[in-house]
Amino acid sequence: MRRILYVLPVVVFTVLALFFLKGLTLNPRDIPSVLIDRPVPEMSLAPLPGRGEGSGLATKDLKGRVSLVNIFGSWCISCVQEHPTLMEIKRRGDAPIHGIDWRDDPVAGAAWLKKSGDPYERVGIDPPPGRTAVDFGVTGAPESFIVDKAGVIRYKHVGPISPEIWSKTLLPIIRQLEKAP
Amino acid sequence: MIAEIGHFALVLALCVALVQAVVPLVGAGRGNAAWMNVAGPAATLQFLFIAVAFGALTNAYVTSDFSLMNVAQNSHTDKPMLYKVAGVWGNHEGSLLLWITILALFGFAVTLFGRNLPPGLKSRALAVQAMISVGFLAFILLTSNPFARLEPPPVNGQGLNPMLQDPGLAFHPPFLYLGYVGFSMAFSFAIAALLEGRVDAAWARWVRPWTLAAWVFLTAGIVLGSWWAYYTLGWGGWWYWDPVENASFMPWLAGTALLHSAIVVEKRDALKSWTILLAIVAFGLSLLGTFLVRSGVLTSVHAFATDPARGVFILLLLCAAVGGSLTLYAARAPAMKMGGLFAPVSREGALLLNNVLMATGAATVLLGTLYPLIADALNLGKVSVGPPFFNAVFLPLMAPMVLVMAAAPMMSWKRGDLAGVLGRLKFIAALALGVAMLVWFLQGGSAGPWWTGAGFALAVWLGLGTLWDLTERIGLFSRPAGALARAAKLPNSAWGMVLGHFGLAVFIVGLTASSAWTTEHIQSQKLGETILVGGFGVTLKSVDQVPGPNYTATRATFEISRDGKAIDVMTPEKRMYRQPPRPTTTASIRSGFTGDLYVVIGDPDPKGGWVTRLYFNPCIPWLWAGSLLLIIGGLISLADRRHRVGAPTRAASAAAKA
Repeated sequence: MRRILYVLPVVVFTVLALFFLKGLTLNPRDIPSVLIDRPVPEMSLAPLPGRGEGSGLATKDLKGRVSLVNIFGSWCISCVQEHPTLMEIKRRGDAPIHGIDWRDDPVAGAAWLKKSGDPYERVGIDPPPGRTAVDFGVTGAPESFIVDKAGVIRYKHVGPISPEIWSKTLLPIIRQLEKAP
Repeated sequence: MIAEIGHFALVLALCVALVQAVVPLVGAGRGNAAWMNVAGPAATLQFLFIAVAFGALTNAYVTSDFSLMNVAQNSHTDKPMLYKVAGVWGNHEGSLLLWITILALFGFAVTLFGRNLPPGLKSRALAVQAMISVGFLAFILLTSNPFARLEPPPVNGQGLNPMLQDPGLAFHPPFLYLGYVGFSMAFSFAIAALLEGRVDAAWARWVRPWTLAAWVFLTAGIVLGSWWAYYTLGWGGWWYWDPVENASFMPWLAGTALLHSAIVVEKRDALKSWTILLAIVAFGLSLLGTFLVRSGVLTSVHAFATDPARGVFILLLLCAAVGGSLTLYAARAPAMKMGGLFAPVSREGALLLNNVLMATGAATVLLGTLYPLIADALNLGKVSVGPPFFNAVFLPLMAPMVLVMAAAPMMSWKRGDLAGVLGRLKFIAALALGVAMLVWFLQGGSAGPWWTGAGFALAVWLGLGTLWDLTERIGLFSRPAGALARAAKLPNSAWGMVLGHFGLAVFIVGLTASSAWTTEHIQSQKLGETILVGGFGVTLKSVDQVPGPNYTATRATFEISRDGKAIDVMTPEKRMYRQPPRPTTTASIRSGFTGDLYVVIGDPDPKGGWVTRLYFNPCIPWLWAGSLLLIIGGLISLADRRHRVGAPTRAASAAAKA
């Protein structure tokens, strides 16, 4: 009996370790968005300086084609990590990407895109405190939304997009949505 | 070039650690002195190599070498020098390097101060220490290399999160890690003792001061973090039961329990296997904290950039270290000789009771912290466990502990006289009840929460009970003539206990009052408008834009008045940092004996005026004062000469006889 007491700690730890192992495959930030299957929030965002008149982002711009809306900022370190993937998506022409430059200085945002490459078709500025992003239910950058032809949000991805996430998760959803009339 | 030297030094340190983990262990098993003696020089060499690596990374930060990815992502030329240096550990890779540097420092300390330790125990402990090193060095080199280059190097860095650019937080991680990693000492010696199958007073005399040192650092680290949260987050709170706060609090609880049970091992040769278990658990919980912060299994304000590969690696480390040692414990601990027996009512009994309460407290915090993960894993949905759970479950566990704390030092070892002790404390008990009633009356009965009286009564019981015990020991009232001389003769560890326990009483006052009676005024305040907060008149005089070294501040000037007379000026700021562009809040705090006036400036109101948040937080300085007393008590106790002299001489004479 006394022996069992000595074994107890390692048993408890083993159970915890199993939960940790399972926990590694789960994403606690993956909070289901209340906006899934709802139309894109009403917005009309100004363009970044130097990107040309009319290159801002408004709700009506998201209708007609399946697109990816990416929330980013020149201050966001994880966005730097994600950036090469976005450039590759643009190069391959997989799907149009629109950007929302969130809580950023427009000059810094434009300079950053100029320096590191610009994967976006349209970019709108969401100046601090970032009301449009709040309407999208954004909790941090980067976050990306798949919007269908009718301008309805169909999927939300939290955190940087890696090539694997793109090819295994996001692109199949986009292809599926493109088949719909 | 210097960065490559740093990287290479880490590889060399890994090689040395591998040797140190194997050779002395085998040597100790075979009784081969030459092999055992490898441990000391290896630990020294390992420390030197790791120090070189740490120096190399620090150099890169100080000189703003943006060809290093780590520096480019976390530093900026505009940053003040203090935060360039603090930037070294303000990120995942650098903080791991700090972790391993401190670990190697402790190993080095064993060779410096442990000359008279029994050679078998020492070489085994250093081998265990090296095993931990191997795990973490491999982790750094394989998944988190701080010396990775960036091609082409950027013109400037991305800057450190401005929230972290704060003196309180610059020193928070080093203290915290000195605490976390300090528990590795108790852990390594516990494993060595299990391997040897023997725990004795010499073991406890060595482990106690190191545990105490780690505990002092951990306390300081937690308090610094808490103080930082209090004045930078701008909500007037100082503890949020955030998973990562809990991750530092759990080893603190286990370490506090270990500190006390090691006393029983040293003085009474009892509670040995329990103490060994606590040593494993304290360090295990420190490792768990590392896992929780860096693997992304829980959401927290502290989370580093996470990467699943790192999570798997740390989980493996955790399983090897904690799973391995607990398995060893299950196999070897039952064979350990039971020590001295004691009655349930005795000082050992009281210490054990408090140990159990503290361990239960740590388990509660663990459950609350991990419950979101467990619920998610079992598909019970996404939940978050907040302060209500912890307050409702953890605090009631601590109340009986405080009750016992005042009486335990008065009990004698082996068999105590409960009635006698309670008789000596009856005036204190009456006083505590009186204070409870007074507090109840002053807060207007049920106008305030019911537990304020209980909180104050516990504080009075513990604080005055501790002082009463002191006066009895030195005979202040019974034989006042020689009382001062007797006070001077009290050992440092007794003074440390008095200060520590009294400090906790002071802390409880702050905890109770600030939780119960904080007043908060949030409004749109026009220039010239006065608002009454906690008896002070707070007038918004002006709001200006002020440039800082790497930010622009919106600074509000408030005039503080009392009874119509202006007594002070307070200037809270809202800062917009340039790189990265992020807003931060700098509250202005005016501390007094009865509490803090806490003033925050918010956004301009479109209708004119500014949003201001004004708080009166009663007795907050008591929290910091109580924590400071805990730390000072620990330091004084650490200076006890018995800690320095006792263990080595006894061990040496025992070795000479053998």
